[in-house]
Amino acid sequence: MNNHQPEISSALFTATVFTRKKQRMQRIVGIVFGIMAVAILIPLFVLVTYLIIRAWPSLTWDFLTDVPKNGMRGGGIWPALVGTIYTVTFSLLIAVPIGVMAGIYLNEYAKDSWFTRIVNMAVVNLAGVPSIVHALFGVGAFVLFAGMGKSIISASFTLAIMTLPVIIVSTTEALASVPRPFRTACWNVGASKWQTIRTIVLPNSISGILTGVILQVCRAAGETAPIMFTGAVFFKYVQRGDFFPYHLNEQCMALSYHLHTISTQVPGVPEPMLYATAVVLLGFVLIFNSFAIVLRVYMRNRKKW
Amino acid sequence: MEQKTNISIETDNLSLWYGKFQALYDVSSRISQNKITALIGPSGCGKTTLLRCFNRMNERFANVHINGEVKITGKNIYDPDVSLIELRKAVGMVFQRPNPMPLSIYDNVAFGLRIHTQAGRINRAQEAEAVEKALQEVFLFDQVKDHLKKRGTDLLLEQQQKLCIARLLPLKPSILLMDEPCSALDAEATEAVEDLLRTLKEKFTIVIVTHNMAQARRISDESIYMLKGQLIEHSRTAELFLTPKDKRTEEYIEGRYG
Repeated sequence: MNNHQPEISSALFTATVFTRKKQRMQRIVGIVFGIMAVAILIPLFVLVTYLIIRAWPSLTWDFLTDVPKNGMRGGGIWPALVGTIYTVTFSLLIAVPIGVMAGIYLNEYAKDSWFTRIVNMAVVNLAGVPSIVHALFGVGAFVLFAGMGKSIISASFTLAIMTLPVIIVSTTEALASVPRPFRTACWNVGASKWQTIRTIVLPNSISGILTGVILQVCRAAGETAPIMFTGAVFFKYVQRGDFFPYHLNEQCMALSYHLHTISTQVPGVPEPMLYATAVVLLGFVLIFNSFAIVLRVYMRNRKKW
Repeated sequence: MEQKTNISIETDNLSLWYGKFQALYDVSSRISQNKITALIGPSGCGKTTLLRCFNRMNERFANVHINGEVKITGKNIYDPDVSLIELRKAVGMVFQRPNPMPLSIYDNVAFGLRIHTQAGRINRAQEAEAVEKALQEVFLFDQVKDHLKKRGTDLLLEQQQKLCIARLLPLKPSILLMDEPCSALDAEATEAVEDLLRTLKEKFTIVIVTHNMAQARRISDESIYMLKGQLIEHSRTAELFLTPKDKRTEEYIEGRYG
């Protein structure tokens, strides 16, 4: 009882009905999936264009470098821009060394044990924690318990906790992508683990690590919740164009929070200003993203194996 | 063995388990100095495992449990006071697929020296000299001397494999372990590497794992035939291939299995 008799085509090598059906299906799948791929471009394109058109009247150099005026209804966003740079920078200064070292430990040193499994599980779960929860944790841990108060440093620590998991994961993944024969080569001339990491593994995974870090820059810059309760402030008087207006133990303005306040808390803000603030925030993120892409492409071309 | 030769590697009832799976059963062997010893046998017979025991590479993989001794120049390398770093300096390994490091040719060869020398103990000139000497010993220097800055990974496979041998030499090892060093190479490259091994044996003890019986016959002085984790026969290559003492060796050589 063998029903698997293949259908025989009438002429040699011509498509049978079943073959044609398969080919049709293949075409359909290709087209549908292609449409989906294009579909993800459309929202981004529409969003950016729409924002820029609406923001156009306000998009001037002055808008970037000026301070808010008339109770936030005029002027620019300089203090918020600098504030975002502050919180992002300090959160990275905290998160990158910890994250990269933890990632190196997990991928290179740790053997598979209950301890590393717990750490890995914690990392994954931490990555899934909503940002508002990070915010509340930040309030509890840094603002209140550690006594840092609402300040740039509290906000940076909170952002650091939020970005840490992804930095760890991207580090371990970047390290794991370095081919094993390179490591065996090193061990076989008697290199210690650390020498192997320093001379071979890190130089060849640094692009992956940096990509992960840069993407977290975007996240740290864009999130409102974690800084809202821990260090962002509604308004702070700052000199126009002043690069160092804040102390670390002070609160600061930040782009994401600024956008939130002027669009929900302050009545009568001219619309182009709202959109322009969004464009600056988006621009900040897109610039860093494209930088990450360029870096990745450059590094990938450089390494050949 | 009739004539008096110095023993370089000696295993004594060596057994090895990967987890619950026993890969080596009571292997006792004596590998002579300045000879090429070939490890032959069908896939999975434990020849690569045995080779890796000689510089303790197995420990990097999975959970490995070892019973017995491996003595290199009289010292059991599984003693607790043995440093893997020092051991690997003395016992170098070459792999199936050439694995130059993603560095320049020069840096590949200088790598070993650098990691074993405290900063400032070696000057540029000494280093360059050692690199040149190592590359000359593997007959690679004339081909690459004009582009030492080129990446090792960009070389031809044969050159890569020679580079992998060369990078061991500045450390002045006494033993070179080769895990099927020619299986990724074409016939001509294989011949070149084999010629190289013949000259290298004057300075080093060479243990080579090979699938290729013709190769074992061509280059080795002694052969060890292994089967299912056991050492079946160890004798001079000519004897092993012409007048094998064990039935199983004979059958393998005649190509009845494996």
